[in-house]
Amino acid sequence: MNGSSNITDLTPVAENIWIIDGDTPKLLGGKNESGTVVFPIPDTEAGKAMQAIKLSTTGKLWSFTRQNFRPKSPYDGPEEFTPFLLGYVELAEVIVETHLVDCTLEQLKLGMEMELVITQFDHARSTYAFKPAR
Amino acid sequence: MSNVYIIGAGIHKFGRTEGRSGRDQGIFAVREALKDAGIEWSDVQFAAGGSHAAGNADIMISTLGLTGIPFVNVFNGCATGGSAITSARNAIAAGQCDIAMAVGFDKHPRGAFNADPKAYGLPMWYGQTGMMLTTQFFALKIQRYMQLFGITRNTLGKVAEKSFRNGEKTEHAWRRSPIDLDTILQSDIINDPLTKYMFCAPGEGGVALILASEKKVRELGADAVKISAIATRSRPPGSFEVFAPSLSVVDGGKPTILASKSAYELAGVGPEDVDLAQLQDTESGAEIMHMAENGICADGDQEKWLTEGRTEINGTLPINTDGGCIANGEPIGATGLRQIYENVTQLRGRAGARQVQNSPKIAYSHVYGAPGLSAVSILEV
Repeated sequence: MNGSSNITDLTPVAENIWIIDGDTPKLLGGKNESGTVVFPIPDTEAGKAMQAIKLSTTGKLWSFTRQNFRPKSPYDGPEEFTPFLLGYVELAEVIVETHLVDCTLEQLKLGMEMELVITQFDHARSTYAFKPAR
Repeated sequence: MSNVYIIGAGIHKFGRTEGRSGRDQGIFAVREALKDAGIEWSDVQFAAGGSHAAGNADIMISTLGLTGIPFVNVFNGCATGGSAITSARNAIAAGQCDIAMAVGFDKHPRGAFNADPKAYGLPMWYGQTGMMLTTQFFALKIQRYMQLFGITRNTLGKVAEKSFRNGEKTEHAWRRSPIDLDTILQSDIINDPLTKYMFCAPGEGGVALILASEKKVRELGADAVKISAIATRSRPPGSFEVFAPSLSVVDGGKPTILASKSAYELAGVGPEDVDLAQLQDTESGAEIMHMAENGICADGDQEKWLTEGRTEINGTLPINTDGGCIANGEPIGATGLRQIYENVTQLRGRAGARQVQNSPKIAYSHVYGAPGLSAVSILEV
């Protein structure tokens, strides 16, 4: 799913998941009054009251797995299914669930450094993912 | 609170029963439970029950008899059974009645559950991008746990191997053929590190329990099992649960740990007093983690426990003696009551080929489900 030559031509899978800050994509989190950060910003009354913050772009791998079969609806990825990696990455503010790209299952280890990228989801849409940091 | 007892237990075989609705499987279980208790439907004064995907329970009265009793419909995910038995127990403990019934049943289509993001208050893209699967949650939780506490894939396989071996000895089980360790380890990987044979499957089944006051137990001379504790807890802040696009960096508690502590306190016993346990085993990793979350062993000790066979039927603390969810499948509304049915059967010494030896006195059950809730019961004879 990765490797589109023009990732910017793709439409984000939804709004308000991330922004492009200069050249750098950043996930948007919501911070509540007690300082707790959640991702994404909930589309609820509580979410509206939260302060939107840009999350760190690097973090440590918290857990990981591989999706080996095409999920049922509401999965909306390419009909021709390729297994993909996903996991959680621990950022300074919050631990986020994410696709993992540019790596194999065998390369993944708890605690390894990861960085945010925008990746191709299907022929028309992009989503966020983390890849091993260089 | 006055003591409440289980005096009747009935089950409809788990698995797949073509041509019989989930509710009819529930009705079958109710009739078995009434027969076991030696009472009639007209003796039941209160009922609570439900299913996740097979409709409301109270419709049963049009078949069982319109006796005019209060019948509470429960729709509480994997805690449906736990909530039903809690309602029935409380009705008796409050002095509202002397005989109450809890029933749970279900019938799910083949394949993994698919969830609607909106029903869980989550954005559509979370489901659309393929991150909202229960199987992923279990894989992600055990993957981290294995790396932190040195649990091997072999041990995951051994849990499933035991489930199928116990299932072979269980009349109500779905999977009744043993599967060897190599086959389990080498079967299709669903979500790494979990293979097909390490997961339970959505299925069908029904369970009913008849509860009674102490007075009624004496009156009937019933073969009764005491409910020493029932505790249900929803998730605390910072716990890692299914369908979580993000988690707090501050590690919180877990609903299982809270429910377990509360149940031990209510019953006045500790994990060392437990003679057998039924633990939520949506997949084999869950059984391993739940051993620690329920206070049965320390994190990481499961490796040794499984190697030494301590959780086998003839071990020091048998776990999932009827093969658990892995051998029985998981009809959501019935699964929690199945665990209690098994404990009642074991404590009465009626478990036949799978009977735990030396007359077990204290039996523990634990169910866990989305979106982060646990129900624990402790029964005694």
